[in-house]
Amino acid sequence: MQTSPKLNLTPKPAPSITPEQQKTVNRRTFLGFATLGLGALSGVLGWNWLRSQPEKDGVYAPLRSVLEANGSLNENVLYSNTHLAPQYPRSMAAADPRTNGEVGLDEEVELDAWKLTILPPKGGKSLEISFADIAALPKTELVFDFKCVEGWSEIQHWGGVRLSEVFRKYGIDTDFRYVGMATPDKKYYVGLEMASALHPQTLLAYESNGAELSLEQGYPLRLIVPMKYGIKNIKRIGTITLSNERPPDYWAEQGYDYHAGL
Amino acid sequence: MFRTVRLERFQATTQNKHFRSYPLTLTTTQMETIIEKRIVEKHPLAVRWFHWVNFPVLMVMIWSGLLIYWANDIYEVTIGSTTLIKFFPKAVYDALNLRAHLADGMAYHFTFAWFFAVNGVLYVMYMLVSGEWRFILPTKSSFGEAWRVLLNDLFIKKHHHPTTKFNGAQRIAYTSVIVMGAASLLTGLAIYKPIQLSWLTALLGGYEAARLEHFCLTIGFCAFFLVHLLQVLRAGWNNFRAMVAGFELEDVTVNAPDASTEAVMPPGIIPTDSSATPNTSSL
Repeated sequence: MQTSPKLNLTPKPAPSITPEQQKTVNRRTFLGFATLGLGALSGVLGWNWLRSQPEKDGVYAPLRSVLEANGSLNENVLYSNTHLAPQYPRSMAAADPRTNGEVGLDEEVELDAWKLTILPPKGGKSLEISFADIAALPKTELVFDFKCVEGWSEIQHWGGVRLSEVFRKYGIDTDFRYVGMATPDKKYYVGLEMASALHPQTLLAYESNGAELSLEQGYPLRLIVPMKYGIKNIKRIGTITLSNERPPDYWAEQGYDYHAGL
Repeated sequence: MFRTVRLERFQATTQNKHFRSYPLTLTTTQMETIIEKRIVEKHPLAVRWFHWVNFPVLMVMIWSGLLIYWANDIYEVTIGSTTLIKFFPKAVYDALNLRAHLADGMAYHFTFAWFFAVNGVLYVMYMLVSGEWRFILPTKSSFGEAWRVLLNDLFIKKHHHPTTKFNGAQRIAYTSVIVMGAASLLTGLAIYKPIQLSWLTALLGGYEAARLEHFCLTIGFCAFFLVHLLQVLRAGWNNFRAMVAGFELEDVTVNAPDASTEAVMPPGIIPTDSSATPNTSSL
């Protein structure tokens, strides 16, 4: 008997699966889920391992290692002193630049008594520079987008002297790996790679919007280092240290990336 | 020795060996219709690995991103002076314990970004080299189909025409999410190194624009995840198992069953169009 399939009106039987197919299905399903389960287990174990590691400066050691590797990668591959922070017209600068953090600004400060002390590494003769000496050096102004590690940014107008100019003027040996800076009371401190210190936009700033710094902005002299987050832009600098060992850094000790480069 | 295979899913639109077409022949001389199950390859092993590695990594990226966002949580959707959505309400920070972990958030984010990037780049390379991209790249018909799928899924108008591995809506979604991943990496780099990569930051509209874009992409991933989860739940076990074990079981209506034809149909081989040529020994 021949009939077109279209005319076949018998109800469809339930789909049948052969024993061989069922065996394949069972085997592959088991293998698939066993692999997924093992993968999930290793993920959980890996996560727990990570979070059971000792902390290094406020963050789990493996994460700290990656932050360090990221920092080296930036220094060696991306970073260049020809990469400049974009500049803006002065009219775009914030009239009242945002402040954040007052560590190291507790004590009274008197301009006549204030000195910038530059310390060579092995306890050699230190150099003391007065505010007037700093102000006598060529002034550089910079209007750039200041970036805080918190995620905000603001166009700000700063004036001061290039750190590289200070080093040049006073014959400071820049053949060291790091520059450290600290407030006079040593409560706030940062470390920079020498390259960042010598960047043409790295300033020892004494003016904001053309006026002397407020106390909250780091009177009388603060660092402006545009290729770093705000945490590196130390206010009220007391001492500058040159060294081949990495100088201590306030926020890097509390879980933040030491490099903090932008 | 003739047979008809009605179902045409997973047609050979690629050179991938898993989807090579095997011509079958047609007859109308037999009347009996039976329905069989067939094991059909769906997701290649590599795709399954990329998928399941990406899932937890993306979760860590979103979570650590929220830890970072908390420190400057300025985004909201407003109309006039009315705030429609605030990112994020207090309850979200409470529920996920997002407060005061900025340093942790950055450390996790800049560590797991490597896994996210490497896995994503390998996935895209695999898709390109294997030819799998043909299954997820939207075609001309995908957009109309996506609309019909949407109407169907919202219970507005029934639509059922599965033709290939993924429907139009899926193609658009899976391609979009790859583009979103790439955009997340780029906007992320633009806010991570806005001076060393100032060209990229400028290209994306500046530092703050790039940060907003990065945030919107994150919300997009959350939306994708939600819809994806609902669709996976709706699609059921067979579909879910395919992303774990690789195969789906297909109902195949077969006319003219002939035990001897099984010999020319290796298990797991995909049937093709019924307008086929006669069997040859080359099979």
